[in-house]
Amino acid sequence: MDLQNQQRVKDAGEKYGTDCVVILGSSDPEGAEIYAETVTAGDPTYAGPLAGVSLELPVYHIFDPIIRAECDPAAWEEQISMMEMVLEPDALAEAVKGMREQYSKNVIE
Amino acid sequence: MSKVGIKSYSYCLNHAPETGSHYGGTPYEAYHSGKEQEYLDALPKHIQSYDHALHYAPNQTYIGGISYEEFEALPSGWVNNPLPDDKSKRYGKFGELMPEDEFLGLISACDEFELVWLEKSFAENVSKKLAEDPVITEAIVKRVLRPKNMHELSEIETEVKERAGLYLYNEGKVVGCIRSGHPTDHCLTAHVLMENLAGKASGVLALLHLMKNSGMNPNDLDFVIECSEEGAGDVGQRAGGNFAKAIAEVAGCVNASGCDVRGFCAGPVNAMINAAAQVASGARKNVAVVAGGSIPKLYMNSRDHVKKNLLALEDCVGSFAVLLVPDDGTMPVMRLDVLGKHTVGAGGAPQAVTSALTFEPLQSAGLTFTDVDRYAPELQNHEITEPAGAGNVPLANIKMIAALAVMKKAIEKPAMMDFIKKHGTIGFAHTQGHIPAGVPFIGHACEMINEGKIKRAMIIGKGSLFLARLTNLADGASFLIEAPEPVKTESTLSKEDIKAMILETLSEVAGRLN
Repeated sequence: MDLQNQQRVKDAGEKYGTDCVVILGSSDPEGAEIYAETVTAGDPTYAGPLAGVSLELPVYHIFDPIIRAECDPAAWEEQISMMEMVLEPDALAEAVKGMREQYSKNVIE
Repeated sequence: MSKVGIKSYSYCLNHAPETGSHYGGTPYEAYHSGKEQEYLDALPKHIQSYDHALHYAPNQTYIGGISYEEFEALPSGWVNNPLPDDKSKRYGKFGELMPEDEFLGLISACDEFELVWLEKSFAENVSKKLAEDPVITEAIVKRVLRPKNMHELSEIETEVKERAGLYLYNEGKVVGCIRSGHPTDHCLTAHVLMENLAGKASGVLALLHLMKNSGMNPNDLDFVIECSEEGAGDVGQRAGGNFAKAIAEVAGCVNASGCDVRGFCAGPVNAMINAAAQVASGARKNVAVVAGGSIPKLYMNSRDHVKKNLLALEDCVGSFAVLLVPDDGTMPVMRLDVLGKHTVGAGGAPQAVTSALTFEPLQSAGLTFTDVDRYAPELQNHEITEPAGAGNVPLANIKMIAALAVMKKAIEKPAMMDFIKKHGTIGFAHTQGHIPAGVPFIGHACEMINEGKIKRAMIIGKGSLFLARLTNLADGASFLIEAPEPVKTESTLSKEDIKAMILETLSEVAGRLN
């Protein structure tokens, strides 16, 4: 996760606490897992503002069924359905879930 | 006139591993941070030789040493499957892969302001080698030997140590320097000037090959549009330009003028549209679209290549040139009535971008996805990008096009993989920003059209505008290349008229006789 985005998440996390939900849109499971770790346990590369900062934020991939259910179907069809065919939605959601279950303080119920 | 002819094209690479390992953006930044000595020490062990670069299939595909179909048929893992010697020549059908010492000589020949100093014996040796290159003119060779550009090693050392110059290296030794252009202006530092002069020199090489490939006398070139991502200017006008005229000057195109077009990676496609519109309107007799390459992008992903113990392959400065002329029905054409445009309001979702660049222009022309034989979006070499976590860019793009084709009911979902294989292109370009942006396929597409193997190809360029911190918008543009159709000539059109006129006259004469 680039340094500017880490700073944005850090600012939001500090302002709203663990009620703030991070939704990821990364295209590969490995990257999604690292991003999820960054916004929960802290930046594993120790390069950005979240190095050593555990925000423990609830984190989901956009393809997680819980998030998909929250979306307007028409907007989903227009903006996201094409990428759903291109990427591996289940693998992406699972990669983020692994980090969420380990490090997130809150989850969406 | 909504079509213009693609008369010729050229593609060149300049091997620059030593320049890249010192002044490529990533190593240069690592050196100045002082925190990555382990990476900097390891990088030279991951550099490929010139001979290896010559045998590397993507490089030969870029310069036209092998056809696109030969490339496509090769097994994956090009690093471990070098091409045979007879397919690994310096010169290809489109251009050449120039070794680094000659590139330094060419950079010196492109210098007008005594910014490049080469050590005397190095300059003399390299001028002899450059003289053997079929496109390098006698005038350019003489420029390498100008006394103002040749200096003793001691003078070069003083210039670097006392006046913020930067050393140039060959075979591990100092062979020259780039001087600072101003004591305080940060737009004229030696590093910026090196970047700009290398961009200019590589552009010159592409334009020289274009003149050779087209058979055009440089005197007959009317206009040049340059479309790299470099910015030339001083602190008062940071990227004022004009690379196009500077390149045309060295290439001997005395009757040409030119200007620069910018748009990150979408620059070349926008420049092609701009150039084609000028030719189609009659504003210019012909236009060469030219781009040199980028030193900062050399070894851009080498941290990951080193970490994963792979060869660092980002060692070539890329360049290209395309010559557009009025359509005469004999050469592949670029259509101006079917252009992909990513509007401000389209948004940045991949679906919106893909639709704007493929579906919408095709629909407006009464075409569908399967009417395009080959799509050429962002042709980065995946052997470079995948180890760096950037994935296979051309494959990701054609997958998106295939998925959109399913959504628009042009193909069935089970046919997606077949569509991807049949209509996609494999990337073979260096990660030089604007260089992979669809345009490397123009040459191969024209060859395949001329051989009757395809009828239509779509060239797609996409740019990440956020990098300039001006806007979060993305950009993109696309156009179609098609097989030529016979052009109705004036004599064909007036044949019936002439016949009618003759009959009318004969009738009048006959009437008078009566």
